[in-house]
Amino acid sequence: MNEVWVIAEQRLGKLMSVSLELLGKGTELARQLKVGLAAVLLGDKVRALSRQLVCYGADRVYLGEDPRLRLYQSEVYADLVAKLVDTHKPGIVLIGATSIGRDLAPRIAAKLKTGLTAHCVELRIVNEDTEKPQLVQVVPGWGGSLMVNIACPVRRPQIATVSPGVMTKCDWEEREGEIITLAVDVQQELRVETLEMVHEERTGAALEEAEVVVAGGWGLLSAGGFELVEELAKVLGGAVAGTRPAVDSGWIPEHRMVGQSGKTVSPKLFISVGASGAPQFTAGFLKAKVVLAIDQNPNAPIFDVADIGLVGDLCDILPCLVTELKETGLRI
Amino acid sequence: MSLNIIVCVKQVPHPEHFSRITLDPIRQTISREGIPAVINPLDLHALEEALRIREELSGKVTAISMGPPQARCALEEALAIGADDAVLLCDKSFAGADTLATAYSLACGIKKLGRFALILCGNETIDSATGQVGPQLAEFLGIPHVTSVIQIAFEQGSSLIVRQALEEGYMKVRVKLPAMLAVAKGINQPRLPTVWAIMEAGSKEMQIWGASDIGATQDMIGLEGSPTHVTGIFERDTTRRREILEGPPRQIAKKAVNRLHELIAT
Repeated sequence: MNEVWVIAEQRLGKLMSVSLELLGKGTELARQLKVGLAAVLLGDKVRALSRQLVCYGADRVYLGEDPRLRLYQSEVYADLVAKLVDTHKPGIVLIGATSIGRDLAPRIAAKLKTGLTAHCVELRIVNEDTEKPQLVQVVPGWGGSLMVNIACPVRRPQIATVSPGVMTKCDWEEREGEIITLAVDVQQELRVETLEMVHEERTGAALEEAEVVVAGGWGLLSAGGFELVEELAKVLGGAVAGTRPAVDSGWIPEHRMVGQSGKTVSPKLFISVGASGAPQFTAGFLKAKVVLAIDQNPNAPIFDVADIGLVGDLCDILPCLVTELKETGLRI
Repeated sequence: MSLNIIVCVKQVPHPEHFSRITLDPIRQTISREGIPAVINPLDLHALEEALRIREELSGKVTAISMGPPQARCALEEALAIGADDAVLLCDKSFAGADTLATAYSLACGIKKLGRFALILCGNETIDSATGQVGPQLAEFLGIPHVTSVIQIAFEQGSSLIVRQALEEGYMKVRVKLPAMLAVAKGINQPRLPTVWAIMEAGSKEMQIWGASDIGATQDMIGLEGSPTHVTGIFERDTTRRREILEGPPRQIAKKAVNRLHELIAT
């Protein structure tokens, strides 16, 4: 039977959390299929990270080390992974939907002429007792609260990307795994070469770690912009976020976008302001403890995914809410 | 240096009307009937970057799209903004394509167009947001790609130095031409079409090519050429309380804050 693989990602010698989360999901899938779980790790002097991959679930680590793999190199990484897949023929390959993972995954899938599903929120196996078990890849679909199941029925491997924060990593377990060192042969002439990776700290509270996230959407257009959202976030000590339309309107930077192609957040309180509730957006806060939604349209699908919904003009409700919160001093 | 630049654009539903989009559960296709369509917002940034490069170095900008007949409106808009000519890949047999089949079809169309130095597209579309077509197109054409591009600078010779945005920071990447770059929002501010440009657009050429015109192999395009299939559609399972409050703003705000206290404490 064919293994389940996780393409692990390291930046400047540190593993990305999504790689460990994918090992958590991978453990579950591999157990169900009664196959091994392997991680692929590329970098320079990153052997020590193999232990983390094993203790978070990998039975085997394919390790490729070379000074020229220190930084992500799209052409070389894609070639190496595609060749490795071609040799070992895993049934499933999981890749973190980080900026680098999203650069790498489509190139690999195109090399292998196989299917790739982006930003899966759920992965499960069907027909596991047959010769061709299928990976059901669930992505938020269009309109209201619909979810879409996607399969790659014939070609292999089945490749899926998953955003950080969607899956849960296993507990650390002291265990032994097999480390397989790859013979890395980097071409001398690179057509595309990463020269440098510059790390910049983000200003403002990190979305993924905030206890309160207040996100604004398209509906704020008629309410005169984003100031109302910022004020609400300030009174709660929360982080400001937004929907894709809010990003495209230039109200908030891209790295503050919540949703399928943005951040996934799990705060204690998530407040949605003026967002209709497109699934691409609501997929980003499925695991929030409490969801408060405010919108003027009583039929907006956002209210289907809210604990408390406030219907009315944003310009009227938000100031009242701010006043009320100030008076009662809600503690999160 | 004169460059042929190709800009890939996609017609998408207007984001304001996302909630009106429905999936046909029997045909398992998306119904966008009556929903206004626009050029995918990030593709406008790709077009803007192409026009700036043309203005600086001279060259030609060709917009290409794959889609139904009405997708020509998106290309007409691209011509009005400043593209020199346009190609629409339109054929019933393209329908149902996933990203791999779409990338293959675009690659066939681009090969027919001939020599090019640069392909630009938006980093992702606002509808499905996979961001996969650009890199897959580059693979079919055998050229390098860079995604999340927020800055492009020309170097001596035929290479570029670009900035690729990361979650925290960026990477500096050197890429040799010809190349495919998927651009992110921060790269520029797209221009609006001028009245003069709109008038001029009418005289520009738009080609419409079917599968046989671009020599596409039938088993690589459309639904048949798509390794991924939609196998089911279901309602999202929500376990939220859905306590909807309507009424005077001050009253419902007070009620909501009281309930928040209770819910967060539990």
